Amino acid sequence: MTTLPEPKPGASEISARPLRILIAKPGLDGHDRGAKVIARALRDAGMEVIYTGLRQTPEMIAEAALQEDVDAVGLSILSGAHNVLLPRIAEALRERGLSDVPIFAGGIIPDEDVPALVQAGIAGVFGPGSPIADIIAFIRARTPARD
Amino acid sequence: MSLNLTRRDLARLITRIENGERGAQEALNALYPHTGRARVIGITGAPGSGKSTLVSEMARAWRLRSGLDQPQVAIVAVDPSSPFSGGAILGDRIRMRDLYGDSGIFIRSMASRGALGGIAAATADVVSALDAYGFEIVLIETVGAGQLEVDVARIAQTVIVVEAPGAGDEVQAVKAGILEIADVIAVNKADREGVAQTISALQSALDIAPANGHHGARAATELASDDGTGWRPPIVKVSALNREGIVELLAAVDTHRDYLVATGEGERRYQQRIESDIKARLRELLLQTAMRRITQIDYQAVLAAVGQRSLHPAEAALKLLDSLHL
Repeated sequence: MTTLPEPKPGASEISARPLRILIAKPGLDGHDRGAKVIARALRDAGMEVIYTGLRQTPEMIAEAALQEDVDAVGLSILSGAHNVLLPRIAEALRERGLSDVPIFAGGIIPDEDVPALVQAGIAGVFGPGSPIADIIAFIRARTPARD
Repeated sequence: MSLNLTRRDLARLITRIENGERGAQEALNALYPHTGRARVIGITGAPGSGKSTLVSEMARAWRLRSGLDQPQVAIVAVDPSSPFSGGAILGDRIRMRDLYGDSGIFIRSMASRGALGGIAAATADVVSALDAYGFEIVLIETVGAGQLEVDVARIAQTVIVVEAPGAGDEVQAVKAGILEIADVIAVNKADREGVAQTISALQSALDIAPANGHHGARAATELASDDGTGWRPPIVKVSALNREGIVELLAAVDTHRDYLVATGEGERRYQQRIESDIKARLRELLLQTAMRRITQIDYQAVLAAVGQRSLHPAEAALKLLDSLHL
């Protein structure tokens, strides 16, 4: 009788490790259509999307990213408060030791604001009309297999 | 906390367990002696019955209990994976935003990843990790469940089935397999019309269930709940949205726990649980081992024969088993 292999949970069902992506809406605007469109598109690309809903504070987003152990954080913001909120979210993630988790943002973000946001740790900024394929490519490029 | 792990470590460990990654089983082996302390409570029910909001309110209410009775609470919320892309949208946190800021609460969303029983294949091991970490209460929220998604009963000590007025008429209540795993029934959205009808439909469904037949059916599926020792699932009216009835619901869960202890039913279920867990894992390992040892020639031969309908699949499986010379 040969020795049995190490048991693996659900080994027969799991072929590849799905990426886990947090999609959150910081700030006070109540329009989450864009966030939902992105969430659907990422799901259809085979990712597991944790959607946290409206009116999230930077701390709520960072805490959710930690508990859910996500590979990337996507933020949708239409309120105009991006210059304040997005750097605060990057900071809240850093405080929790999550500085290696890439952050991307979409919504109404003027081009002139982008360099400062990149400087603050927002690795990808996707304005209105950005092809979803670009966002998926961004995530795949920034999330090499950990481990 | 019983282990020297940060919350981040715990979160990463859960990912490794979910993915069956290298080292995950070794970690689980090491954690296993630290498990068995948590109260594991399953919450299941139809889509839209308000499970997430109810789970959130239960966690909040437990955290509001005073003194030594204020437990650390973990929530495992399972949502379905897409059968087409394998992706998932996990949206249970939307209804749990009120829990933010309490470091005694940990929420983890899980995709079902092809499992059909209402939870994921790795949910039991994830619950073990949370138990070992020191969470005294672990709440498992299943996918929106109907009549077949009853696997949570294999993990939880107490199963709460959530019903909502209008969601199921009398016929639904009678046939719904999910009622058979209920230890406590929560009728949510009790502020709405039709609560009285829903409750009376549930009462008659519980009345109709013949005690003996019930017992036999359940023993067969190892999901025993009403085993004839006298537990009838209490029906508790709640409105998670208005925070009404939550304290009463927790009291019903406590009463069920006391019943499990007092009657020895808890121990009996625990023995059943570990036995069915070992069997399920053995089944998986045997299949893997067999598939490695069956030669391609034998395998392709029976595949062709079954395809031509000259061999029944059952005979094919027997032939393959014989080829292993066990």
